[in-house]
Amino acid sequence: MADFLYQLLLSFDATLRIATPLMLCAMAGIFSERSGIVDISLEGKLLSGAFVAATVAALTGSAWLGLGCAMLAGIFMSLIHGFACITHKGDQVVSGVAINILASGLTIVLGIALFKRGGQTPSLPREDRFTPIEWWGVDMMDSVPVLGTIYRQLISGHNMLVYVALLAVPLTAFILYRSRFGLRLRAVGEVPEAVDSAGISVTWLRYRALIVGGALCGIAGAYLSIAQGGNFVREMSAGKGYIALAAVIFGNWKPLSAFMACLMFGFLEAATTRLEGVALPLIGEVPTQLMLAMPYVLTVLLLAGFIGKPRPPAAIGKPYHK
Amino acid sequence: MSTPTPPLPRWADLILLPIINLFAAFFICGLIVLAIGENPIEALGVMIKGAFVYSGGLGYTLFYTTNYIFTGLAVALAFHCMMFNIGGEGQALIGGLGAALASFGLGVYLPAPLAIPLAVLGAFIAGGIWGVIPGYLQAKRGSHIVITTIMFNFLAASLMVYLLAGPMLEAGQQSPQTARLAESTLLPKMADMLRPLGINITSSPLNASFLIALGAMAVFYVLVWHTRLGFNIRSVGQNQEAAHYAGINVARTIIITMAISGGFAGLLATNEILGFNHKVVLNFTAGYGFTGIAVALMGRNHPIGIFLAALLFGALTQGGGELDFEFQSITREMVLLIQGMIILFSGALAYMFNPPLARMIAKFVAPKDPANG
Repeated sequence: MADFLYQLLLSFDATLRIATPLMLCAMAGIFSERSGIVDISLEGKLLSGAFVAATVAALTGSAWLGLGCAMLAGIFMSLIHGFACITHKGDQVVSGVAINILASGLTIVLGIALFKRGGQTPSLPREDRFTPIEWWGVDMMDSVPVLGTIYRQLISGHNMLVYVALLAVPLTAFILYRSRFGLRLRAVGEVPEAVDSAGISVTWLRYRALIVGGALCGIAGAYLSIAQGGNFVREMSAGKGYIALAAVIFGNWKPLSAFMACLMFGFLEAATTRLEGVALPLIGEVPTQLMLAMPYVLTVLLLAGFIGKPRPPAAIGKPYHK
Repeated sequence: MSTPTPPLPRWADLILLPIINLFAAFFICGLIVLAIGENPIEALGVMIKGAFVYSGGLGYTLFYTTNYIFTGLAVALAFHCMMFNIGGEGQALIGGLGAALASFGLGVYLPAPLAIPLAVLGAFIAGGIWGVIPGYLQAKRGSHIVITTIMFNFLAASLMVYLLAGPMLEAGQQSPQTARLAESTLLPKMADMLRPLGINITSSPLNASFLIALGAMAVFYVLVWHTRLGFNIRSVGQNQEAAHYAGINVARTIIITMAISGGFAGLLATNEILGFNHKVVLNFTAGYGFTGIAVALMGRNHPIGIFLAALLFGALTQGGGELDFEFQSITREMVLLIQGMIILFSGALAYMFNPPLARMIAKFVAPKDPANG
């Protein structure tokens, strides 16, 4: 039993690691989608962030500079998205697809040109990454039976960006529901005409939402390449941006629910690696692919109204014409 | 933009604007190549030679063109109904499964003239099923087609990994792939088909699937502009409510459109699987489904335009491969960048150049204002 609990604890620990980039991207998606802009370009922004973080960290030896530049890269991609679908009222889905393909191509082309390693960046020495932070009093807490282990494994010992992601969730909720900017942001995603007639710029509000989202995706990218991993590998975002989008939808465009969805999707993946080849009682061995496909299955079922009722922002996907 | 923009003449909208958008995309990519330290003109030259000049180059170009025609038609048909099908990737993958099932299940017992159409039909139907489910969910349950088709891409990929690494894995194989398909269901190479007619072309992967693609273009044209269903599709695409009040069953039209759209994407398997790989391998769709969006956008959802755009992307794909051999720092992934730029300029920013261009043309073309005349 104790062993089972310990395994479960390790699964929760892995869940948190897997869910970190999802949480950051999901919050980015919430900012963008609540302002009325469809954001399937989370994936591309995440990938760009990962590439730029690893590249800058490799060239300058500073993880912090890498993080900063990754945020700028995410913002830059967001601005392209905004230029196309806010300024020029282009199709938001088309623009998103373009950004994802651009990011795919650009990261590989620039990676090969800069480092000549087939698209990878050089592996960073430990001191140039974001390394796990040991919290105060971990050794002291070890003597406390259950709490000590939880404190050591689950709460302490993550890198800084995990805590940033955990902070991003309540912060997003606070901004969205308790600030003037958040109120306007939600309004512009529902009835942009009303916001416009109150004399507030729809364009500028939506741009700001995209900029915040771009920065968040940049942090998520930095997490992948200079915190969780030690270098950039081509296509390392591997669909995480899309899973985050699924989490946004699953969480009904609400920060806390999307956070729960991220944890659930993260737990599914963490459980998959642990359950590989293990026969469960009654069901037998569950195919890995089925477990990994669960986020998509659940999102499809949810969207179809089989689990609850999704309520997307009313003005989502529609360019605003004065 | 205080002065109203004059309308763009039709010829400019159909020919000039796409060329300008294309030029803008290539220009930006050229700047990036320049920043990397290579010569963009030289790179373009290498790509053109690789795509058209070298022996067999054209065959490869047309082979890739075939893939792009199928996915382009798939996206375009859905566009006519105002549906955004970004699930071409998944539909094509499942199309491969359909072709394989038809081949293993029935093809073994039948001669080629019967077996080939069955395998092709298998690809069409399987792709259609993967398109019709999102179509149904959109029409009847209100799920957004974009999100559902994205999810279905991932579901298709998971399903194929499971099948190819498990139940359908060729005995004794390590890498996930099926056994060789039944010989009677394989499509002949174009070079072998033309030889009896006295035409000798360099052998390349180009196969009979190219003819299926041309046929699909014709079917697309007749379907969209000369049938009742096509009229319904376009009506629903123009205005769902008006179509509904005109007595068109909107939900049914959407579902049928997505079925055929998925079927077109599924036909990609005839080229890649029945015509080239001769077994189902992982990831044979290689992004063709996504590029189909660019093909449809550039081709203005018309078969002729789609053919030209598919040819462009086919040439880029083939010519891009040539970059690997000729340059140190630029590789075939350059093509991804060009594709992304083309989607951005001819899709998302399609009308950025519209107002300035229209004003310029209006200046040059003599004004037909009766007050001044």
